[in-house]
Amino acid sequence: MKVTVFVSPKPTVLDPQGAAVEHAMKSLGHASAQGVRVGKTITFEIDGEDDPDTRKKLDVLCDGLLSNPIIEDFRYEID
Amino acid sequence: MRVAIIQFPGSNCDWDAWHAINDVIGLPAERVWHKSALPVETEAVIVPGGFSFGDYLRCGAIARFSPIMEDLKTFSEKGGPVFGICNGFQILCEAGLLPGALIRNNCIEFRCVNQCLAPEDSTENFNRADLGEKIYLPIAHGEGNYRLDADDLSALEANGQVLLRYAGDPVDGPGHGNPNGSVNDIAGVRNAAGNVFGMMPHPERVVEPFHPGLDGIDVLRAFLSPLLEEEPVEMVSA
Repeated sequence: MKVTVFVSPKPTVLDPQGAAVEHAMKSLGHASAQGVRVGKTITFEIDGEDDPDTRKKLDVLCDGLLSNPIIEDFRYEID
Repeated sequence: MRVAIIQFPGSNCDWDAWHAINDVIGLPAERVWHKSALPVETEAVIVPGGFSFGDYLRCGAIARFSPIMEDLKTFSEKGGPVFGICNGFQILCEAGLLPGALIRNNCIEFRCVNQCLAPEDSTENFNRADLGEKIYLPIAHGEGNYRLDADDLSALEANGQVLLRYAGDPVDGPGHGNPNGSVNDIAGVRNAAGNVFGMMPHPERVVEPFHPGLDGIDVLRAFLSPLLEEEPVEMVSA
């Protein structure tokens, strides 16, 4: 199965990269642009079915390696 | 060998740390590959600066799962002194050996400058009386913006776990004031037990007369004080 993990900076954590992109968007004429946040997408193939056991393993993987719970949130989609 | 300096793929301050500890402080040091076991005779560990695993994913996120990290965790839980410098600080935060996380500098720029810092009275050996009110250590990082949620930050401050703060007035130019947006101007912290240190500045880069200063010597000595206070065991031949 294919897993897509979306990692984003926590709403309470400032995102310097997002702020820089927002600044560029405004200077390109998109004056109303706001709340820009930059995250990352991680995709991979893994054996298993979409069941509670697999999701438990994915939670551990996302919480430990793919995101840092102090500064980031994650969610994933399974295809 | 008394001090182990862990070398990850992408570490680049390991030789500088080795020189500072081995040649300047005078404690026998060795570089130890991240896939090796931590030598049993290890009395202190330096996790040096650099770009371990290319800083991929997040700084320190992949190094934290290196084989040697299990030994390092056990070593620190037994009270062994561990000091993470720059990328080493990021690795120790990712590994949960130090509180907090380091994100992109708020200025977006990579900051490389001799930085004014104010030591805190944090431990018996790391304090203003020994280190001075203001010191200068080089910084060189893009992700040194220290983050911790409000409750944990209050606890950190209440426990005296802040080692160093960015200091100086920004009107005095580069190297003065907060270079990266860290909360409470925090440049370095220790764990609650007091044996694990981490900081973004590089003490190992200011230990020779031809360096920009010599303030790194006292900072390294403050960390290594448990090893320096003891008299080495004399081997008596029968």
